[in-house]
Order: sequence, then C-alpha cells, then structure tokens
Amino acid sequence: MNSAVANIKTIAKRELSGYFASPVAYVFIVIFLLLVGFFTFMVGGFFERGEASLTLPFFVWHPWLYLFLVPAAGMRLWSEERRSGTIELLLTMPITPWQAIVGKFLASWIFLALALALTVPVVITTNYLGNPDNGVIFTGYIGSLMLAGSYLAVSCMTSAITRNQVISFILSVVICLFLILAGWPPVTRMLEIFSESPRLVEAVAAFSVMTHFEGLQRGVLDTRDIVFFLAIIGFSLFTTGVIIRGHRAG
Amino acid sequence: MIKVQNLTKSFGPKIAVNNISFSVERGEVLGFLGPNGAGKSTSMRMITGFIPPNSGTITVGGFDITQDPIEAKKLMGYLPENAPAYTDMTVAGFLGFTAELRGMRGAEKIRAVNRAADLCFLNTVLHQSVDTLSKGYRHRTCFAQSLIHDPDVLILDEPTDGLDPNQKHEVRTLIRKMGEKKAIVFSTHILEEVEAACSRAIIIDRGQIVANGTPAELKNRSDIAGAVLVKLTGAPLAAVQQKLSGIAKARKSVVLNQTDTVIAIRVYPKPDTRNGDLASSIADAVREENWKIQELHTEEGRLDEVFRSITLPDTTQQERS
Ligand SMILES: Nc1ncnc2c1ncn2[C@@H]1O[C@H](COP(=O)(O)OP(=O)(O)OP(=O)(O)O)[C@@H](O)[C@H]1O
Ligand SMILES: [Mg+2]
Repeated sequence: MNSAVANIKTIAKRELSGYFASPVAYVFIVIFLLLVGFFTFMVGGFFERGEASLTLPFFVWHPWLYLFLVPAAGMRLWSEERRSGTIELLLTMPITPWQAIVGKFLASWIFLALALALTVPVVITTNYLGNPDNGVIFTGYIGSLMLAGSYLAVSCMTSAITRNQVISFILSVVICLFLILAGWPPVTRMLEIFSESPRLVEAVAAFSVMTHFEGLQRGVLDTRDIVFFLAIIGFSLFTTGVIIRGHRAG
Repeated sequence: MIKVQNLTKSFGPKIAVNNISFSVERGEVLGFLGPNGAGKSTSMRMITGFIPPNSGTITVGGFDITQDPIEAKKLMGYLPENAPAYTDMTVAGFLGFTAELRGMRGAEKIRAVNRAADLCFLNTVLHQSVDTLSKGYRHRTCFAQSLIHDPDVLILDEPTDGLDPNQKHEVRTLIRKMGEKKAIVFSTHILEEVEAACSRAIIIDRGQIVANGTPAELKNRSDIAGAVLVKLTGAPLAAVQQKLSGIAKARKSVVLNQTDTVIAIRVYPKPDTRNGDLASSIADAVREENWKIQELHTEEGRLDEVFRSITLPDTTQQERS
C-alpha cells in the first residue's frame, strides 16, 4: 500500500510539473481568471446587486466556464501519452494501471484547484465590501471543486479513447454538456411537457451536476451531493481503466 | 530468467505472433531478427507486460507476467521501439522519474541517474529538455531509462536504431558486457550486430520462429558456408575448371570473375566435408599444375544470405529454386 501511495505521488508530481513546463498552465489560469472576473463583475452584476453574497454572481457561472476549460486541461492526459508512446513506458513500470490513472487525475485536479484558489481575492473583496456568509462561500468552493473533478474525470475518460486531443476535447464537452443540461431548468421544463411521468424527469435530473451543485452553492452540505460527484469521478476513472486495458488487448 | 511458452497474439484476424517458445538464461544475449512486421515488437510488448497474450505463458525470473506483473516488471528494463520519452522533462528529470517509479529515492536515486547517464554518454545533455534532443540522444535517454535500476533482464527493441557508428559500437559493446551477468533480448535489423553482441539468435518470420541458434550455427546454414574462393594467375580457364572438377570433395565450381590474368572461382564442397579439407586439396591440385595462387580462403557463410533465404515470401522462394 505504501508503494502505491509513493507511485501515485511520483506520477502526480511529474504530471503537474508537465503542466507548468509548458505555457498551457499559465494561459489556462489567466483565461480562467479573466472569465471568472468578467462573468462575476460584468455579467453577474456583483456590484449592482448590493448584497454581500457570491452564490449568484460567482458560482453560478462555474458549470459553464468549466464546460470548456476543464476538458481543455484534461484532453491531453492520456491521448498525449498514447500519441507519443510513453504509455508503453509507463505501463511497463512496476506500477498498476490504476495508480497511473489516479496519479494523473489527481495532478490535474490539483492544478484546477490551484486555479480556483487564485479566485480568493473575490472572496476578500466581498468580505471587505460587506458581511457575507463565509460558510456558504466555503461550500460553494467545495461544490466548484467537485464539479471540476467530475468534468476532469470525464475528460480523462475521453482522452483515453483517442490519440487525437481535439476529438477528446469535443467528446468531453458533449458529455459534460449533457451532465449540465439534464438538470437545467429550461430542459427539465421541456421534459415535463413531453413526458407524462414526473418520475422520469426527476430521474434524468438526478444525473445532472446542476441539481447537485445547486445545494452546495446555497450552503447546504449534503453528503448525497458529494457522493454523487465522487461517484461520477469513480465511474469515469474506472471506465478509463477499462478503455486502456482494451487498447492494450488490441 | 525468461521463459516463453506457446505465445500467441492476434490483432483481429491477423496473427502477429504464432505459437512461439524460447527461453533466455542469465549470461545470454538473445538477438531477435526478422523482417518488418514479423512480430518482434509484439513479442517484446508481451514479455514486458504491455499487452496481454491471447494464449501462452511468459515467466520472468519465475514470476508469471500476467499473474505477478509487478514482481516480474521489477526485474526488467525495457527500451520500447522508437524510444518514447516525456518531452516536457529534462533528461535528468526523466531519468529521476523512472528511478522513483523503480522505488529509488534521495542519494540512491541520484547515484542511479548518474550511473545510467554515464553508461549512455548523456552527461553533456543532462539538463537539456528531451524535446530539444537529437534523435540519437533521445534514443540513448530512453536506453538509459531501461538501465536505471541495473535490472537482471533487459528487453531492448532496436537499441541501436538512430545511433551514429561510434555509438552503435559502444552500445553493442555495452550489451555484450552486460550480457555476462544479465539475460538480454534485443531486436535489430543490423546483422553484424548479431555477430558482435549475441550469444544466440532467433529469426522470426510472420509470427513464427524459423531459426534458432548461435550466430555461427546460423551462418553455417548459408549456401556459401564452407565454399572455397580461389584466385589464380597464369592459368587457362578451361584447364582450371577441369582440374577443379576432378577434386573428390568438390561438388561444383562457379566462375566469379575472369580477366586476362586472374581467374576467381568459388568451389562448393560436397556435404560432410570437413572445414579446410577442400581448401587444402585445391591447393595441392593447383600446385601440381604450377599455377600461381593469389588468394585462397574458405568462406564463413553470411548471415544476410541466411536471413534472406529463410524469410523470403514463399512465392519468390519458389521462383529462386
Ligand atoms: N496494435 C496493433 N493493432 C493491429 N495490428 C498490430 C498492432 N500491433 C502490431 N500489429 C501487427 O502485428 C504485426 C507484427 O508487428 P510488430 O510491430 O511486432 O513487427 P516487428 O517485427 O516489430 O516489425 P519491425 O521490424 O517493423 O519493427 C504487424 O503486421 C503489425 O501490423
Ligand atoms: Mg518492431
């Protein structure tokens, strides 16, 4: 078990330094912060609202921002490994495939968490301007991190499917979009019109990250929501393993 | 150290490796030969546990690669075809990373990196990004990676590919030297390499082993092995041919080259002629006639000829005979 942790750490460390060895990391962080600022202050009307809360102007945009940014950060995870052939090196090392999968996933997740942590000035501004409920802000951050992790795990899976990063990106955006739309009010309303059974609408909505992110934004830390996100991550990473094994089997 | 039994692998309808078996002991260097697409890389990928076989078993140091992959992989160093390496790292960073995956830390890791870099002449590029290395240096970087933990078993897929002649020589020497204490399998398209570094060679064609033996044994399968080349001056061709065909041990003779003064003839021995016997009887015959010998030697047989004759497609082989 000890060596498992050590291997995961080694792989995560390499992957993370890989991000910062190229301009990708910096471009990503700058664009992320610019977009967060733009949506929070310009579109979200942070100042006009006159209330010290981040729920609406800040976190509400995250599912949409992540929709494009997270697949961009995750698309190279395995496709690059397959394209350059280093996967052959990695998987003939004395490690198990799941150690490699988890290590690479964790590295990217830490990277996203870093980008998210750089938005803390927004929190400080809010505290300076008024008296927000920092507990709510905290659960909002947890939710945002979970959301990023779920998208990332999906990108991990799609990047294992193909050597081509563009295809990997598009596939992952489509799947993430489905995860958003399944519970997005305009879509659920439309589903309600077409289907007689409200159970179906509910079942579809239960698959949506929106439904589960909502509560966390409002400060409700429900274990079921956390479990949902962890389940998506677990399922996607497991599928990644199956896909990689499939490639190797030929 | 390596035991491969009835190994088979197919990709869809295509059988890449068809029921091959062999074993390699410590102290042996096994050369893997075969035309493009013969299944060399596929076999090596199975031995190193990268792809699972359809059937057959592989054990490395007593550990089954499918049942005990981690233990088996610990014993092996592997240089994959095309020498992949993480391009966003420096050479030292890359070697350090593989050392860590092999369980080394701290001073031990630094020692291992320096040792591998020394062996592969990478000291001048240690802090250069893999991205900017020339092909040969990248190849050596990946080769160094396979040596990082001084493994008992080395699987090298075309280790001299892309190296300059000096480096090729160094790598061959290194392989031969390491082979005294390790079990090494390496594939190559350069036949001199087999003679220079291997204690045994296997030729694979279309997924099957078609020859297995020491380089000398393989060379003996050559058509010209044991034939005698003789160059004479001051002799009429017709008389020479008549004289040579009178030798008991000669099967046939072929004129290779004829100028006004020099005649070059290759004389093939009858089966079961001892090496050297034919040459001495030719020398005796020539001396009787007082012709002058410019050159006389018994040919060794050539690997490339053996390789061609056993790996050519059936149709062309039939045409030849
Ligand atoms: N992943 C794969 N999917 C389908 N076919 C494959 C795959 N890998 C190898 N093959 C096929 O298996 C056969 C053997 O390939 P292999 O790479 O082992 O040849 P090789 O002996 O290493 O050739 P070379 O000398 O060119 O390196 C080839 O016909 C190849 O097309
Ligand atoms: Mg090959």
